[in-house]
Amino acid sequence: MEQLVLRARAAFQTGRSRPLSFRLQQLRALQRMVQECQKEILGALAQDLHKSEFNAFSQEVVSILGELDHVLEKLPEWVAPEPAKKNLLTMMDEAYVHSEPLGVILIIGAWNYPFVLNIQPLIGAIAAGNAVIVKPSELSEKTATLLAKILPQYLDKELYQVINGGVKETTELLKQRFDHILYTGSTGVGKIVMEAAAKHLTPVTLELGGKSPCYIDKDCNLDIACRRVTWGKYMNCGQICIAPDYILCEPSLQSQIVERIKETVREFYGEEIKKSPDYERIINLHHFKRVTSLLEGQKIAFGGETDEATRYIAPTVLTDVNPNSKVMQEEIFGPVLPIVPVKNADEAIQFINQREKPLALYVFSNNNKLIKRMIEETSSGGVTGNDVIMHFTLSSLPFGGVGNSGMGAYHGKHSFDTFSHRRSCLIKKLKMEGANKLRYPPNSQSKVDWASFFLLKRFNKVRIGLFFLAFLGILVAITVKFQYC
Amino acid sequence: MKVPELPCRPSRIPCPHDSLLNNKWVNPYADTLKRLRDAFDSGRTRPAEFRLIQLRGLSRFLNENRKLLLDTLAQDLSKPAFEADISEIILCETEIKLALNNLHTWMKDERVEKNLVTQLDSAFIRKEPYGVTLIISPWNYPLNLLLMPLVGAIAAGNCVVLKPSEISKSMEKVIAEVLPQYLDKNCFATVLGGPQEATILLKNRFDYIFFTGSPRVGRIVMSAASKYLTPITLELGGKNPCYVDDNCDPQNVANRVAWFRFFNAGQTCVAPDYILCTRETQEKLLPALQNAVTQFYGKDPQGSPDLGRIISDKHFHRLRGLLGNGRAAIGGQSDEQERYIAPTVLVDVKETDPVMQEEIFGPILPILNVQSIDEAIAFIRKREKPLALYAFSKNSKVVNKVLDQTSSGNFGGNDGFMFMTMTSMPFGGVGHSGMGEYHGKFTFDAFSHRRGCLLRSPYLEMIDKIRYPPYSPGHQRLLVWILEHKLSFPCSIL
Repeated sequence: MEQLVLRARAAFQTGRSRPLSFRLQQLRALQRMVQECQKEILGALAQDLHKSEFNAFSQEVVSILGELDHVLEKLPEWVAPEPAKKNLLTMMDEAYVHSEPLGVILIIGAWNYPFVLNIQPLIGAIAAGNAVIVKPSELSEKTATLLAKILPQYLDKELYQVINGGVKETTELLKQRFDHILYTGSTGVGKIVMEAAAKHLTPVTLELGGKSPCYIDKDCNLDIACRRVTWGKYMNCGQICIAPDYILCEPSLQSQIVERIKETVREFYGEEIKKSPDYERIINLHHFKRVTSLLEGQKIAFGGETDEATRYIAPTVLTDVNPNSKVMQEEIFGPVLPIVPVKNADEAIQFINQREKPLALYVFSNNNKLIKRMIEETSSGGVTGNDVIMHFTLSSLPFGGVGNSGMGAYHGKHSFDTFSHRRSCLIKKLKMEGANKLRYPPNSQSKVDWASFFLLKRFNKVRIGLFFLAFLGILVAITVKFQYC
Repeated sequence: MKVPELPCRPSRIPCPHDSLLNNKWVNPYADTLKRLRDAFDSGRTRPAEFRLIQLRGLSRFLNENRKLLLDTLAQDLSKPAFEADISEIILCETEIKLALNNLHTWMKDERVEKNLVTQLDSAFIRKEPYGVTLIISPWNYPLNLLLMPLVGAIAAGNCVVLKPSEISKSMEKVIAEVLPQYLDKNCFATVLGGPQEATILLKNRFDYIFFTGSPRVGRIVMSAASKYLTPITLELGGKNPCYVDDNCDPQNVANRVAWFRFFNAGQTCVAPDYILCTRETQEKLLPALQNAVTQFYGKDPQGSPDLGRIISDKHFHRLRGLLGNGRAAIGGQSDEQERYIAPTVLVDVKETDPVMQEEIFGPILPILNVQSIDEAIAFIRKREKPLALYAFSKNSKVVNKVLDQTSSGNFGGNDGFMFMTMTSMPFGGVGHSGMGEYHGKFTFDAFSHRRGCLLRSPYLEMIDKIRYPPYSPGHQRLLVWILEHKLSFPCSIL
């Protein structure tokens, strides 16, 4: 493990990952990899998650191709130094912020979107000029193996490595020193990662989870709301970190919501859901048993069928759920949708605030004021109003959690920033020492006054211009006056 | 005993966390933290008006107590009034003024570029306070390093617990007794004490921790923060190298390096820690440095009112021990009574000497000889990334070479840490010198959670129909067509 990381570090030290042309070349190679190995990628995803080709393509591959396009286009802009506003004392100097690579990045991916969650951060890390170690989740075995096979075929073998393994290997890996760690996974393991990072003072980005609430207002288009919730909830068999975890609504809405979701499920997956190629399965037996146990003692409005042999759990809705029951204690990460009745929006806000900050918040309402209020009075990683999931797809929005749902953010330029160090540079000339005499001892009160003037005023061209104009005006006035006297 | 993972935050539901932190002891900070958390949950700190009132309070604190603050800094560090004014009071006034003038702009939602599918939606980044935050500040700039983060924390709408350093005793007293008179008592609290108290304080849950201090303690803070997944900014330290090229004006270089090194008696995290230069340049620098020291502090620097003193006996003895490394070409004197260390330049220093093993944090400047700029760069790269890095040369190519081939928190070319006066550039470390950044708007950003928001129309369902199952080969063909025609902007799924 140590050898592999040292190899990446040595490769980084050569400096070859830094030039823009190299980064673009690697990203284009990654693009070719995704295009040329598409069949294999889709195949691996199908095996790991029982994912149909279209789902794998639209949910994983498309995201990556879009991100690559965007980064390839914008990277030259991002690497350029950003000039900074100067003050009077520094107005003759060069001042700018320069984004630099951090060094060796560790990306620990999750199993639910095993392609996207490894490759999207990788894109950002490469774009920022780093060396990268990718550690895919061992639970999505086929994708992990595939990545280890194809990545070295397209990318620099020493700079970018895939390391596979289980808990033991990951623990060993976390003992090594990295310059940034991006971890996607559970809150519990997130704490372990941060603790390990603390030993080396390694900054971290943690993309964790939580129970993302979904409030459905009585003043909303229930058809559309339910259709969208159904789409977002049962996608990937509910195994999404930003799935609407549970619904909050007034008791009178429950049965209507249930009806509409039931209808939509039928529309999406047909009468025999098991036979639909568009419906996935639970990743493994452990999670199958975990999710199934959440159904115990609950009022199943529809769904609830399970099949251990194929790890199938039907799209399920629970009603009149008790906030203290097991299904409301942990992130469900499965196709089970509890509805918790609340009196009104106030109670919904209170309910949400009593719990840990979630990764996403969803609100469905025709009343914009209500949506704004729910956003203002709660906190979450991100928000989508009148839909679910979609804020994830806009890479100009930083994607990340807060509190127990995580720290840091990425996607698009936010990835580039996460994996860069922004180094402030102030470069003076070695002459004009006279100007500096003001600051050297021996000191006096007048020096303090001058310092105060220079520091508290910014270098403002407009103001100086106006001052100059005023001065000129006075000069003219005086000259004219003298002429007349 | 394992602390259970509870779904509640210590707000409206009373959290058993406190008494379970350690089976036997009671949390002395429970009441204070509850008060602040209740205040935050009530929404008190969110309106711009509240934040402006607190910031104006800070401004009045500085204005009305200027003499007291200068005297306090003199008591703790024998800080000359000029140094105290410019590095502590004026810099803080600048930050407060900037926040007062720009708060509304900073608080505004940031609109972002949309993609094809979200064209008709509202997409923006909302800046939100984290909640109850903790600022731990050190003793070397006990006012600045407490107030500057505080300005940002307040501007961002947080409640703040302040933990000033117990080593700068006089300032600690002022922060505890005078500052609270200018701030809302329910939203801001000061906690006093040493390492023991800080350890207990850190067992509590905060929503953000801002720490300035040593890398060693930085690790402890991050480890404590990891128990609650608390995001942090760590402003740490290191040995800041100062490369002096042969092609330079020795007196100009000497003036600049000497001033930044001996400012605050060398107790500055961004001071040039050691010089790297050739032997020839060293021969030219030494008389120039002596010249600078005499010019600044007179023939007997101990009598100069413009030179500070070492903060404590412990640090004094530590520094005195370093005086024996190499040979003192300039200075080398010390006075235990006054905790005075003369502005000292050491030569014939070896890489393995104690003075090259830790951040000096005193008025001692070792010079190490290198044969070339490449050797200097190799020397720098072997070591931990420093907080600041300096290069002096008349040739801008040389300065840029050092910049390109090294890494550091910040970089100064042909001068010392003037970048500290610029609120428009982020200040922070990298690697062992820290993580995160602040100053000016960057402090506001450090203390804010940037929440990505997408507000979609409840109508126009037609556009979204493509995403719903059941899927057909047609769906895939359509998607591929759209991708190939690059109709997507900053996006993942369309």
